[in-house]
Amino acid sequence: MPWRLLKHGLTSSHNEPRFFPESRPLKPHYDVVIIGGGGHGMACAYYLAKEHGITNVAVLEQGYIGGGNTGRNTTIVRSNYLTPEGVKFYDTSLKLFEDLADDFDLNIFYSTRGHFTLAHTDSALRTMRWRAEVNKHHGIDSEVVDRDFIAKEVPYMDLDCAGHSPVMGALYHAPGAVARHDAVAWGYARGAYNRGVEIHQKTRVNAIRTQGDRVTGVETDRGFVSCNKVVSMVAGSTPRITSMLGLQTPIEIYPLQACVSEPVKPFMDTIVVSGSLHVYVSQSSRGEMVMGASVDPSVLHSTRSSFDFVEGLTDKMIDLFPFMSRMKVMRQWAGMSDITPDFAPIMGKTPIDGFYLDAGWGTWGFKATPVSGKTMAWTLANDRNHELIEPFRLSRFTDFDLVGEKGAASVGH
Amino acid sequence: MKVFDCPVIGRRPISEFDYVGEVRTPPMDADETTWAEYVFNRNGAPGLLREWWYHRPTGRWYVMERDTVKDEVLRFIDLEDVRYDIPA
Repeated sequence: MPWRLLKHGLTSSHNEPRFFPESRPLKPHYDVVIIGGGGHGMACAYYLAKEHGITNVAVLEQGYIGGGNTGRNTTIVRSNYLTPEGVKFYDTSLKLFEDLADDFDLNIFYSTRGHFTLAHTDSALRTMRWRAEVNKHHGIDSEVVDRDFIAKEVPYMDLDCAGHSPVMGALYHAPGAVARHDAVAWGYARGAYNRGVEIHQKTRVNAIRTQGDRVTGVETDRGFVSCNKVVSMVAGSTPRITSMLGLQTPIEIYPLQACVSEPVKPFMDTIVVSGSLHVYVSQSSRGEMVMGASVDPSVLHSTRSSFDFVEGLTDKMIDLFPFMSRMKVMRQWAGMSDITPDFAPIMGKTPIDGFYLDAGWGTWGFKATPVSGKTMAWTLANDRNHELIEPFRLSRFTDFDLVGEKGAASVGH
Repeated sequence: MKVFDCPVIGRRPISEFDYVGEVRTPPMDADETTWAEYVFNRNGAPGLLREWWYHRPTGRWYVMERDTVKDEVLRFIDLEDVRYDIPA
C-alpha cells in the first residue's frame, strides 16, 4: 500500500475510483429528501432504491458522510435486548449485518466476538436471566453463564474487580459482533449512488416548508428543493429539525463519550460490558482497545469531550483489567445521543403528512443501521409504519404505550 | 464547564451537583393528552434552558439558566420566580 501511495504521489493523475461523485447542483424536485447522511440515511436511500425502485431521492448532509454518530460509536452489534419488540427489531438488524459485506462487495470487517454483559449484583443477575429467557423465546442465542465460564473465556479479567464489586455471572450472547462503522455508511452510500440516489454533502437544511399539514419541500443553504416526503435521520440534531416544524418530542440530547487506547497485539476476542460499572470494551482489528462509558450527566448540544470521562472510565477499567494501567489513551471523542424516556427509538409517521422521523437513537443506533434503513424505506414507500417499527411510533407517548427497553447500553437505569 | 459560580455557596465543582433537568410547570387541570405531553415531551432544542441542580453536600436546590450549546451558566434564578401554587 505505501508503494501505491508513493506512485500516486509522483504522478499528476491517477485513476483510483471515487466512492461518491463530486458535488453537483441540486435538482428542483425529489420524491424523497433524506436529511442526514449517516449510516441510517444511507441505508434508507439504499433500500428505497434497491427494494422499492424509488431513485429520485436526495440525501442532504450538513457535514460529510458518516461524520456524525456513525463515526463515533463503539461499533458493537448485538440483539440481546429485553423487550420482545426490541429483540425482534435488533435481531433482524444483526441478520442483515451478516450479509452486508456480500451485498456491498466491500469488507465491513464484521467480526463475531461473543458478548458478555457482567452482573455484579443479585438484581443485575436477575435482569440477565429475564433477558436470557426473552431472548431464547425469540430464538436468540443468549444465556446466563457463571464465573467459571467467564474465567475460561476472559482469562485476563479480574473477576473480583479489585474486590469492589465481584462479578457474579454474566449474560453471554455468542452472536455479539463488531464491524467497521465507516465502511457500513460508505457501502450503503455507494450502493445507493450506483442505483441513482443523489448524495449532497455540505448541504444544510435550514427550514422545512409545509402547506396546511403537508410537507412541500426543504429550504437549504444551496436553495429551495421541493419534495413529497422528508425523513429526518439526524440522531443528535433531531430537536433542531423537529423545532422547524413545531413538533414536540420527548428527545433530549446528552453527549456520549468514548476513547481508544494505543494499539497492542490482539489478546481480547470478546466484547465485555458492565452495566453496573458503566463500561464496555472490545479490541479493534487495529489492536486498539475501544472503550465507552455512560452518557454525560446533563443535556448538551456539543461534541466536546472531557477529562472527567476518561478519569471515571479508566478507574473502572483498571479494576477489571489491572494490566491496562500501563496502556495509554490515544484518542477520545463524543457524539450527541438523542435519548428517549423508554430507551427505544422514535420511528415512522408523524402528525405532519409527508414528514417521517427516524430518531431517538441514543446509545443504540449503530447496531440498528440496516434494519432502520430497511423499515424506514418500507414506511416511506407504503406511507404506513412497517410492523417492526409500529411499537416505536411517536404517538406511543400520548397513548401511554411505552416500550421500556432496559437492555440498552450506557444509560443509567 | 467544571465549576459553578454559585451566589450562595461560592465556586463549587460541578461533580458535587446532581442534574435534575428542565424546570417545568405542571398543567393543574388538564385532559390526558395535555398531561401526556407534560410528562414526556421536552424542550430538546439547543439554546437557553432553565434547569434544576441539586447540591448534594448541602442538600440545596438551585435553578440555573444554561446555554446548552456552549455549556455556560448565564445566571442563577431566584426560586420565587419558578414557584407555582398548587390548587386547594
